[in-house]
Amino acid sequence: MSLTNERIQQRLTEKFGEALTGFEEPFGMLTFTAEKDSNLKIMQFLFDDEELRFRFLTDVTAVHYPERKNEELAVVYHLHNLQDNVRLRLKIFVPVASPKVFTATKLYESANWMERETYDFYGIEFVGHPNLIRVLNVDEMTYFPMRKEFPLEDASRIDKDDEMFGRGGTI
Amino acid sequence: MLDQKLHVKLPEGSIEKDTTTLNLGPTHPATHGVFQNILEIDGERIVSAVPTVGYIHRAFEKIAERRPYYQITPLTDRLNYCSAPINNMGWLMTVEKLLGIETPKRVDYLRVIIMELARIADHLICSSVMGVDTGALTGFVYVMTYRELIYEIYEEICGSRLTTNIGRIGGFERNFTPAAFAKIQRFLDEYPAVLKEFETLLTRNRIFMDRTQGVGGISAERALNYGFTGPNLRAAGVDYDLRVANPYCSYEDFDFSIPVGTTGDCYDRFQVRNAEMWESISIIRQAMEKLKGLPEDVYHADVPAYYLPDKKDVYTKMEALIYHFKIVMGETDILPGEIYNAVEGANGELGFYLISDGGRSPYRLHFRRPCFIYYQAYPELIKGSMLSDAIVVMSSLNLIAGELDA
Repeated sequence: MSLTNERIQQRLTEKFGEALTGFEEPFGMLTFTAEKDSNLKIMQFLFDDEELRFRFLTDVTAVHYPERKNEELAVVYHLHNLQDNVRLRLKIFVPVASPKVFTATKLYESANWMERETYDFYGIEFVGHPNLIRVLNVDEMTYFPMRKEFPLEDASRIDKDDEMFGRGGTI
Repeated sequence: MLDQKLHVKLPEGSIEKDTTTLNLGPTHPATHGVFQNILEIDGERIVSAVPTVGYIHRAFEKIAERRPYYQITPLTDRLNYCSAPINNMGWLMTVEKLLGIETPKRVDYLRVIIMELARIADHLICSSVMGVDTGALTGFVYVMTYRELIYEIYEEICGSRLTTNIGRIGGFERNFTPAAFAKIQRFLDEYPAVLKEFETLLTRNRIFMDRTQGVGGISAERALNYGFTGPNLRAAGVDYDLRVANPYCSYEDFDFSIPVGTTGDCYDRFQVRNAEMWESISIIRQAMEKLKGLPEDVYHADVPAYYLPDKKDVYTKMEALIYHFKIVMGETDILPGEIYNAVEGANGELGFYLISDGGRSPYRLHFRRPCFIYYQAYPELIKGSMLSDAIVVMSSLNLIAGELDA
């Protein structure tokens, strides 16, 4: 019953080889990066494989790294194997100019709204999603508010300058 | 039909359509929060439902990117406001895990008491609201008195009642007073009899059973596919409880069982929640017992860099002054790292995905809100059932608008 992170990594590298990089284990959770067109193939394998059985999608979200050229947006999946109680984290980096990954809605019904939320805030286009529209923000919104280029407060304000203690005016 | 068309000027396609469109919500009294559903109904049968969410979206994830860690705790209050302390503790434990802070046993047990009280407060609302939606207001009004007792305990510990902001990084802001323990004891003494009476009122009530059994059922497989967690998943028969699967906050020291249902319908959810309240009462009793053997003056970990010092020390001691300044001004170094930490919230797995780049505030913070994820199943749950069933299904899912919309 004990599926270890080493074993998962071994199974995945046997199957996908060079497509997976950056294996690490922050706080015990196996984390790795996949090539941008391979996310569905990998999730399908993790879902179907009789040994891995990652059949519960815990979370889908994205992170914006403006300084990484051509891979500004990271889509992060948290998957869970409930039988062995193992989690893993899968990341896919996509360029902000064409942020496209395949949808996981065919595998997990729960991915539907989570992907809509990710689209809503980061503009990730989930190819093949049945209903990719905004979920929390208003439909008329024309931008993706969680990206780092949108400051939380008006950058031109001078009465609330926290350059000294904060991140500066841009985030 | 053709004659009708000649004499009455109706919009195109409205005669041929044999279903009615009904707008349920967003401010309908029976929806317990701002939920809108555009229902397509045939007589009183629901053909399809399209839920709209986001009416009280407050951009907490964005706001959190500019706030120091201790100022994010009040944001978490406003997710599931029926059990705010669980959210607070979940967030604080995430930060503590990131920073590698080990909390003393006494802090863990005090936290367990607070979290289980919050779970009871949440479940008793949900269970009694199910009664209201099936026509039994009495139970709801009756148990409200006992939620009040829980709120008085919160008030004694942290000063506030609904959005608690309870606890600090490393422990609690102040020790529990003897009055707080007396109030917890009073609750433990009085509540079991009330819960028993409440169960007598509804569990074998013919009307309640007819209204809830076989309504809004879901199989374990579909529930997992839809990302159900918490009591809703357990009602479908999966014994997944984070307190047991990944024990946090010394839950491994306690002896309790995970109640499960079989069909995943409204009645099973009601039963699972009631059974969980009994387990919570037992956990609180065990925690009160365990506290007796521990030193009474420990209520936070010894982490001066993150835990605000006593105010009187700030005026008299150099180090306390320095730490106070650094914490308040957000000069404290937070270690860079990436962490996903989850706690068993009152309605499911409440997760915090935190990325720190070493700055004063998170680089990215994402809340995994259980009811946002399982609300997707709502159209499937109510399809083919009566309009009045849709209301019961909604209250049985324990949807909290604040958490859903973050």
